[in-house]
Amino acid sequence: MIQEQELKTFVEGTTNYFEVAAQQPASIGSPYLVTEGQPTVHEYTGMISITGKREGIVYFTAPKAMLTVLLMKMQESDFSHETMRDLVGEVANTISGNARKDFGRDFVISVPSVLAGDKAEIPSTPGVRSFVIPINWRSHSAKLIVALK
Amino acid sequence: MNAVTNGNRRAYKLMIVDDSNIMRRRIERSQTFEEIELVGTASNGLEALEMFKKMDPDVVTMDLTMPQMDGIECIENLVKIKPAVRILVISALADKATAVEAMEKGANGFLNKPFTDRQLNEAIAELIR
Repeated sequence: MIQEQELKTFVEGTTNYFEVAAQQPASIGSPYLVTEGQPTVHEYTGMISITGKREGIVYFTAPKAMLTVLLMKMQESDFSHETMRDLVGEVANTISGNARKDFGRDFVISVPSVLAGDKAEIPSTPGVRSFVIPINWRSHSAKLIVALK
Repeated sequence: MNAVTNGNRRAYKLMIVDDSNIMRRRIERSQTFEEIELVGTASNGLEALEMFKKMDPDVVTMDLTMPQMDGIECIENLVKIKPAVRILVISALADKATAVEAMEKGANGFLNKPFTDRQLNEAIAELIR
């Protein structure tokens, strides 16, 4: 299971992403362990599979309204479904890739895969519990979910 | 560097390689060098190789984690085709070993995502000056 210090790596990565890419810091809530079932997701979810010295999944899930504002902050003018998918994948990829600063290069990340819809089913890794890192940015809420062996 | 001279100014042909369309547009929009002309974009290493052979760019920005052919393999191939090409890796992968490997394969600079416009322009300036 993931250790507290490792969780901190993802919290810092999330903080850094919003500070730099969105030029506006997010407020990161206290991470919590999901004790039953799978965490709920928002309209768009970007997933990164982790292999190598750790196994599992890291995903970023956010509502369309938040992604729209994030795109505006990035000077984007295309708010299509494809661009939303691209953005959640890129956020998940960036935070997961940045985690290699602490986890090292054997923390192997996949290219992003994206699910759309708040009923989307996230694949689960047996025996692995999910930690949720709540993200509040402007008036929107999103989550980074880390489930690692 | 073997770039084309355009009047009194040297002109550099740029190719942007990243599997994210948002990132490709971001890099194109944020780079402020008048002497740089975008000649192509690609969303994976294989596409980049094809584009590279057609457009013969002088400067390449290269993502690493991409489908079909990753950035490290692509860098190796590009350098074999044109040893003088200048390659700036722009990647989320933040471990030192990856940066060292990219440089050993022929990259000339490394910029971590996420990045500011200023960081991008400084990194490109290092590459072409």
